[in-house]
Amino acid sequence: MLLEIKNLRVKYGNVEALHGINIRVEEGEIVTILGANGAGKSTTLNAICGLMKISGGEILFRGSPLHKMPADQIVKEGITQSPEGRRVFGTLTVRENLNLGAFTINDPRKNKKNLDWIFRLFPRLEERSGQLAGTLSGGEQQMLAIGRALMGQPRILLLDEPSLGLAPILVKTIFDTVKEINKSGVTVVLVEQNARVALKLAHRGYVMEVGNIVMEDSAASLLSNPDVQNAYLGGKK
Amino acid sequence: MEFFFQQLTNGLAIGGIYALIALGYTMVYGVLKLINFAHGDLFTMGAYLGLTLLTSLALHQHLGAFPGVIVLAVMVMGLVGIIGILLDQAAYRPLRESPRLSAVVSALGASIFFQNLVMMVYGAKYQYYPKNILPKTVITIMGLPIPLMRILILLTSVFMMVALYLFIQKSKVGTAIRAAAIDQGAARLMGINVNRVIMLVFFIGPALGGAAGLMVGLYYGQINFTMGWVYGLKAFTAAILGGIGNIPGAMVGGILLGLIESLGAAYISLAWKDAIAFCVLIAILIVRPTGLLGERVAEKI
Repeated sequence: MLLEIKNLRVKYGNVEALHGINIRVEEGEIVTILGANGAGKSTTLNAICGLMKISGGEILFRGSPLHKMPADQIVKEGITQSPEGRRVFGTLTVRENLNLGAFTINDPRKNKKNLDWIFRLFPRLEERSGQLAGTLSGGEQQMLAIGRALMGQPRILLLDEPSLGLAPILVKTIFDTVKEINKSGVTVVLVEQNARVALKLAHRGYVMEVGNIVMEDSAASLLSNPDVQNAYLGGKK
Repeated sequence: MEFFFQQLTNGLAIGGIYALIALGYTMVYGVLKLINFAHGDLFTMGAYLGLTLLTSLALHQHLGAFPGVIVLAVMVMGLVGIIGILLDQAAYRPLRESPRLSAVVSALGASIFFQNLVMMVYGAKYQYYPKNILPKTVITIMGLPIPLMRILILLTSVFMMVALYLFIQKSKVGTAIRAAAIDQGAARLMGINVNRVIMLVFFIGPALGGAAGLMVGLYYGQINFTMGWVYGLKAFTAAILGGIGNIPGAMVGGILLGLIESLGAAYISLAWKDAIAFCVLIAILIVRPTGLLGERVAEKI
């Protein structure tokens, strides 16, 4: 097992946001975490990345405890995130943003290879590489956020709401690219509110509600599950 | 013409010193959104440590005037840089998660602490740098005389600013500093150790401030434990003038403030030189509230 989250608890001050959740991710999978606003999806990703202190449980990456490592060590282990709201460095150029994604990798040949690959996945980024990231459109910023996370050569790529605020045609482009990234051997954990596109892409899915995992199944069964359809897919189609 | 030229070069030299101090304010503000009010006192420490090392080691006698002063400057910068890191660890780091006002109060406290420390160690009287460390040569450029010391101060500060600018803009670590200044959380997701970035900023800023302190000692010859207050305030003004958080802004703001002050004192009124400088600051902030170079581009959400 690549990533195993056991009985994870996270608190904001005195308020518990995650009440002991369990998630496992196998090598090569796309796993999606669905849920409404405030369900704890982003909190889960940030706990994996070491941005949130955990108050209980364990996060194991190939058996070693991530929750005991600082955030920069976790990136070195091979877990990178494209965060919610993209959070590109607006006053830096596209190229500088991508270089920062490779901060932990000191091999120029590897970086060149990854950069070429990212420019193949997102040709737009190459066209705009000298431009300030803050001047990109929302879709381009999302591409940059994903590209930047890939520059760290992740074994697991965490994507937080990549479809947020994007036109449907762009969502399709991005999700097609995520599929391609996954085919190249990167395991993907995808947090989404857009349940339909996420379940079509993913192998397995978890449904979160107010800090708990309430459902866990293959993506196909979740898609046809009447409860999921009612709550997250706008009723039966 | 000669009078104007003297004022101009004097303004540039003082402006260079302001700019070096202003860089410390602006770098710390950029990464932590904190005004390090103790920064002016780190500048004072630079002046006093410079004096102590100068008189105790007499490097200028062993190594010759210029190499001696360069080695001295490197030592002062290193020491003040380390004091800067210790200051952060003791006064600011424990308050990282606290409301910003707490850190401001802590900064003011640290400033009082340093001032009194210097006073206790060296006394409240003015201290004097030994004379004739550097030759008091006067060079003539295009028929106009200019003291060598003034040229050296300007060249040294420009050299340090260019080196810092290239480091911040071109190097990997410099880019990491800029990234941490924009979004610390996102910087951590890149694998950047933000604590180390903060330490580095608290080394570089005070090191430059310490160098400025040494320069003031060598240039004016006399130093006092309260000198950091005036210079700190001026440099802080320079940082705001250029756009706080912006490194080229601090350089431009510092040089500009030095020029305004020196020309204002010469042509309007010596007694009003500080008032003139601050009036210009107010006028610029009315027209450009973010400072001259502040906010290069609007962030897109």
